Amino acid sequence: MNRNYIYIGMTLAALAAAPALADTVAITGGTVYTLGQAGKIEHGTVIIKDGKITAVGANLAVPQGARVVDATGKLVTPGIFDPNGAFGVDEVDQVAETQDGQLTSTRYSAAFDPTDGINPRSMLIPINRYEGVTRSVVGAGSGSSVIGGLGSIISLNGVEGYVLKDPAALFINLGEAGKKLAGGARGGTLLVLREAFQDAKDFGANRAAYDKAARRGYSLSRLDLEALQPALKGTVPVVAQVDRASDIEAALKLAAEFKLKLVVSGGAEAWMVADQLAKAQVPVILNPTRDLPEAFESLGATLDDAARLQKAGVLVAFETYDSHKSWNVKQMAGIAVSNGLPWLEAIKAITLNPARIYGMDKSVGTLEAGKDADVVVWSGDPLELTTFADAVFIRGQAVPMSSRQTELRDRYMPYVKPNPPALPPAYPAQ
Amino acid sequence: MSSRSFLAAALSAAVIALAAPAFADAPADAPTEFPPDPFPSTYHPLPSVPTLIRHVTIYTGTGAEIDDGDVLLKDGKVAGVGKDLKADAGVLVIDGTGKFVTPGIIDIHSHLGVYPSPGVDALSDGNELTNPNTAQVRAENSVWPQDPGFNTARAGGVTTLEILPGSGNLIGGRSVVLKNVPSVTTEGMKFPDAPYGLKMACGENPKRVYGSHGQFPSTLMGDVAGYRQAWADAQAYDAQWKSWEKTKSGPAPARDLRMETLAEVLNGRVRVQMHCYRANEMATMLDVAKEFHYHIAAFHHAIEAYKIPALLAASGTCAAMWADWWGFKMEGWDGIRENIPMVDAGGACAMIHSDDQNGIQRLNQETAKAWAAGNHAGLNISEARAVMWMTLNPAKALGIDSMTGSLESGKNGDVVLWSANPFSVYAKAEKVFVDGALVYDRADPKHQAESDFQVGMMGQSGGAL
Repeated sequence: MNRNYIYIGMTLAALAAAPALADTVAITGGTVYTLGQAGKIEHGTVIIKDGKITAVGANLAVPQGARVVDATGKLVTPGIFDPNGAFGVDEVDQVAETQDGQLTSTRYSAAFDPTDGINPRSMLIPINRYEGVTRSVVGAGSGSSVIGGLGSIISLNGVEGYVLKDPAALFINLGEAGKKLAGGARGGTLLVLREAFQDAKDFGANRAAYDKAARRGYSLSRLDLEALQPALKGTVPVVAQVDRASDIEAALKLAAEFKLKLVVSGGAEAWMVADQLAKAQVPVILNPTRDLPEAFESLGATLDDAARLQKAGVLVAFETYDSHKSWNVKQMAGIAVSNGLPWLEAIKAITLNPARIYGMDKSVGTLEAGKDADVVVWSGDPLELTTFADAVFIRGQAVPMSSRQTELRDRYMPYVKPNPPALPPAYPAQ
Repeated sequence: MSSRSFLAAALSAAVIALAAPAFADAPADAPTEFPPDPFPSTYHPLPSVPTLIRHVTIYTGTGAEIDDGDVLLKDGKVAGVGKDLKADAGVLVIDGTGKFVTPGIIDIHSHLGVYPSPGVDALSDGNELTNPNTAQVRAENSVWPQDPGFNTARAGGVTTLEILPGSGNLIGGRSVVLKNVPSVTTEGMKFPDAPYGLKMACGENPKRVYGSHGQFPSTLMGDVAGYRQAWADAQAYDAQWKSWEKTKSGPAPARDLRMETLAEVLNGRVRVQMHCYRANEMATMLDVAKEFHYHIAAFHHAIEAYKIPALLAASGTCAAMWADWWGFKMEGWDGIRENIPMVDAGGACAMIHSDDQNGIQRLNQETAKAWAAGNHAGLNISEARAVMWMTLNPAKALGIDSMTGSLESGKNGDVVLWSANPFSVYAKAEKVFVDGALVYDRADPKHQAESDFQVGMMGQSGGAL
């Protein structure tokens, strides 16, 4: 992975900045799904030190002074990785003042990076991380441009050093959304994209001439042209929002033409072109509960989408498109299982596979020595509706198992029981 | 409909007792006799055979659980629930060992048919956004029975659903209660003898829709003034009719369909189903209901119901909620995952609802999440009781609990056979019965209905592709 240097640099910076990472933790006795070479380990131990997993196995000695988390009878997995979130750029959907995920002016397109506006103190973060969501992509929404912009990968802990990789991807819109932004026809979307990538390619090869104004005019601004370079070099994936089979085929053609590392997001009809996707090694990020022809571009939506793609050899990850309750990706994965996806593949689709898609699997996504310690201890099968995260570690740090929601709950709970407090709930608990 | 007539009489009497002088000459007891339903139900149960489901875990919908029990369906009705029921000759016996049975799921809040798939403008008929009070419109006149969502909801065990107009207006129009059976006409799905509902909406939506055009209402106080004026007008309209009915002299008053629907609420024959998020707004609406002597059957969405269960219990108003939606708008900011169990624990009538074409397909899962969250937070609610949140409680709020919502002898044979405990993400509705007829069978494509819209398309099979 030729972009690891960026990532390692960022991580070291993060470690330097983040507090309380020096604890040593031993998670003992659980059924550990490493998702790595070691597979499943019964009564396994996971040792965490300085933000990293240092050892995983059965019969490991607990280091002296380590905090022991007893996971007997429980399951241990890597943390959930949201491949398409909006953490820190979306607080209240319908309150525009809190929306920073997409640009609705047309001055910039590819250069827009929502990362610059992330609020790491967002209420959405504690609410999701205590459910086991530990890492997320924060990507540009569709906004007013076919090329929405860039995106990063963030860790859901810390208010410093939480950006782990930026840029992590370029986001573009095809299909019905894309055509609306391109003048009303799908062919227009492809024109916009071809022109942008052709110009960016030319710009990349002729920067000196451009700076001397000795090159032809381009369709995009200088910063947009710069922002397209990593995608053209193949160092970041291009995530295309696209559902219809024929639109996916158009995206595959475009990717082949410019040697882009394509990722399909949406993919309602991806199963129809599964073989082509597998051949081109293009992963699909999808919501496995879509089964209605909600649009003419998703007439083929089916609960079998994930299972069929996986069977065809396509790398699959799951997204909720709803960062307020990103944790529901567990339920979605369970639904995929009851529609034919093997259970372990469903677990991977919410942990390891997003890491692979964004080129972070060397550092996260499995429970193996040397990996970032994003680890969750579950009360049972994480895909079950009645299972809760008992403990969540993000980069080795135990996250608080509370949120604004649990505080509201605790504030009102005494009043639904007999003998409620005399004072109103606005006063601190008596 | 004994409960309904009781309510009608009680409310009617209250209206008269407390009414302004204008009502002094109105008859003391009889509700106003408006013309009958112009769109009568043509529903007939699908063909059925007597069926005995044996050796299943039964959640009766009344809060009880029967292990290794049997359910007998005969002549469209539940004919027996218990252990070791006898199978007469000719009864189809289904061995349900290891499986579960619940009453058919009832969704009190759906827009299937009025906001169908595909979601194109030409098919979006759920909000008549031309006046903040459109009490005269009826959701049934917008329902497109070919919405494929009815079929996917049925595969999720939904047997009865209320289709509501949207929440863009203060008073959005009449809802309709449907049986979830495939039909070419909406009348063919219409639940016989189910009362109509009236969709009303609190809060942000109406004031945004109209305020953004510089029209009334643009604030919450505008919202409330809008409801109150509508009810005051409806009282006067109803009094005018009652006065005419007393003497029948001269021509009848001119019909005003908007006022007629509101008067039917005042007469206790149409049930108010009100979109309302915040605790203070729900309290305000209960005051308005007191002022004008009508009853609010249920607050829908009710994100903050957990703050006021005692108030809801005292007024006999239910709360229909999501398991975990929150934060998508300002009035949803205080949503918590324990809302339903806390309302239940606080003594009020609580239920799950979908408001969503995907969520409706797995209301058992949404119920399970809410139940698990409550118990995780220290409440002690049984699964059998939580099943009421998706069966009997919505039936009560719709005024159809004498006919459906629980597995009790004599009630409609609306039943789901689950492959496993319906509180598991892996459980699937295997067989769904409406009025004793098998309307969905996961194992038999002959009992899997397909919408006309999907004929000739790839649908679920994708076989030709």
